[in-house]
Amino acid sequence: MISAYLIHLLILIGIYLILAISLQLSVGFTGLLNLGHIAFYAIGAYISALLALAGLPFWFCFLLAGIGAMFFGFLLAISTNKLKGDYLALATLAFTFVIYAITLNWTGLTRGPLGLPGIPKPSLFGFTFSDNFSFLVLVFVIALISYLIITRITKSPFGRVLEAIRDDELATRVLGKNTFKMKSYALGISAFFAGIAGSLYAYYITFIDPSSFTLSQLIPVLAIVIIGGLASLKGTIIATIILVLLPEPLRFVGFPSSIIGPARQMIYALLLLLILIKKPRGLYGRIELE
Amino acid sequence: MVESNWSNILQIKNLKKYFGGVKAVDSCDFEVEKGKITALIGPNGAGKSTVFNLVLGLINPDSGKVVFNGKNITGLKPEDISNLGISRLFQQTRLFNNLTVKENLLLAMDNKDVKFWKNLLGGNKVGKDKEKRIEQMLGLVGMEKFKNKISRDLSYGQKRLVELIRAVLKPHIFLMLDEPVAGVNPKLRKSIKGLLLKLKYQGETILLIEHDINFAFSVSDEVIVMHQGKILAKGTPTQIKNNPKVLEAYLGEQFSAGSS
Repeated sequence: MISAYLIHLLILIGIYLILAISLQLSVGFTGLLNLGHIAFYAIGAYISALLALAGLPFWFCFLLAGIGAMFFGFLLAISTNKLKGDYLALATLAFTFVIYAITLNWTGLTRGPLGLPGIPKPSLFGFTFSDNFSFLVLVFVIALISYLIITRITKSPFGRVLEAIRDDELATRVLGKNTFKMKSYALGISAFFAGIAGSLYAYYITFIDPSSFTLSQLIPVLAIVIIGGLASLKGTIIATIILVLLPEPLRFVGFPSSIIGPARQMIYALLLLLILIKKPRGLYGRIELE
Repeated sequence: MVESNWSNILQIKNLKKYFGGVKAVDSCDFEVEKGKITALIGPNGAGKSTVFNLVLGLINPDSGKVVFNGKNITGLKPEDISNLGISRLFQQTRLFNNLTVKENLLLAMDNKDVKFWKNLLGGNKVGKDKEKRIEQMLGLVGMEKFKNKISRDLSYGQKRLVELIRAVLKPHIFLMLDEPVAGVNPKLRKSIKGLLLKLKYQGETILLIEHDINFAFSVSDEVIVMHQGKILAKGTPTQIKNNPKVLEAYLGEQFSAGSS
C-alpha cells in the first residue's frame, strides 16, 4: 500500500509545516530563541484530546487547542520579557520540561505514561474525516491557511517591527514601539499554531502520550527552521519536505526499528552540519544575527 | 497639562546618576530652548551620553527629574517617552541590519500602523505620501539609489546618514543627536551640518552631543559644557570660547593640542 504510506508522509509534512512556520515566526522573525515550541504542541494535543474524549465537536476542540496554547504563550512571554538570547532559550527550554513533567505526572488528567487512546476521528459539518485521504485534505487546508496568515503577518508593518526587535530591541523601543506587547503577540501567535498542529496530530494518531512531546521532538522542528533559513518561509517549506522524507528510505533497507530511530537523529545532525558548512544562513536565509 | 507655549522644551532638574563610585551625572541643571540648536560638549566620560540615556528613560536617575514639554517624564518607559515626541540618534550605529534602508525609515514613520489586528485584517500598503517623503529625505543627502539596499551592506558614513534621516523622520518635536558627525568624512560632515541648519530654520529644536568643538560652535546657538558629571558652563558659542573656566578645564588643552 504505497499510496497509504505516501498519504501518511504528506500528513506528517503538513503537521510539521505548521509547527515549523510558527516557530519561524518567533525564532526567525522576532529573534526569540524559543525552545518551548514543543510544549505548546503538547498543550494543544492534550487539550484537543481531552475535549474530544469528552465528546466535544472537532471545531471546538481544534480552536480551543490553539487558544489554550496561545494563552500559555502569553504567560511565557510575560514571564520571560526581560530575557534575551541564550537566557531566553534556557527559560523556554525549562518550560518544555515543565509541560512534559505535567503530562507525565498529572495522571488524574493525562493518565501519565499510559496516554490517552481512542481519540475519535474529526467531523465537520456532518462530514467525518474517517479515511486518511480526507484527513490529508483537512491538514492541507489548515496548513495553507496557517501559511497565508503567517505570511501576511510577516509582510505587514507589524511584522516589520518584529524584525526590528530581532535586530535591535532597544532601538525599536526608542522609536516608540511597545516591544513587550509585540513580542507577546509574536509568541502567542506562534503558540497558537503549534497548538492547532498538536490538535491535528492527536486527531490523526488517535493516541497521545508524553513521549511524543519530549525535547528530541523539538530538534527536527528547530532543524527545519535553521536549514530552511531564518526568516524565510519558502525555505521552511522546502526544509520541511526534505527533513520529513529524508530518513524514510531507511525503512526499506530492512533495518530493525531500534536502528532506524538513532539513524534518523544522526542524519539530521549530519545534514545540519553539512548545510551550515556550505550555507551558514540556511537554504534561503537572508539574515545574520549579531 | 502640556503647555504649547513652553519656551523650554526640556528641563533637567538636579539630575543625579552614580555608577558605583563614579559620579556619571552629578546634580545637573539645564534647559533646552525651543527652536534652537544646543550643543552639549565635554571631555570623554563627562556624562553627556548618560544624560541622554536618562532623558530617554533607558536608565533611571538616582534623584532629580526630567521635564519634557511641561510634563515630568522621569521614570517613564523609553517607548512612552519617545511617543511624547523625542527622537534620538545613538552614538553607535543602531540600524536594523537585516532590513533595507526603506524598511528602516518606514519603521520610524509608521507608529500608528503597526496594530496587530489592523495588520491582520486590513490593507497594509505603504502610502504614497510616505514613499515620497522617504525619497525626498534620502535625496537631501544623495542616497536615493540606496533605498532598497540592505543596511548591513552600507558603509559607516552611509549608515550614519540613514540613521540621521531615520531620527528626523520619526514623529517628534525634539531631536537628540549623539555625535552626528563622529567618524564621518569632511564632505559628509558638511552635508550633515547643512541638514541640521535646514532643520533649525524649519523650527526644529535640537540637542546634540559633539566632540568636534569647531563643529559644535559653528552649528549651535547655545553651548553647555559638562565636566565630570557637572555643568561647567552655559552660554553662546562666543561666551564659551572666552570663558576662562572652560578654557582651563577642557578647551584650553584641546585647542593647544589641536593647533600645534
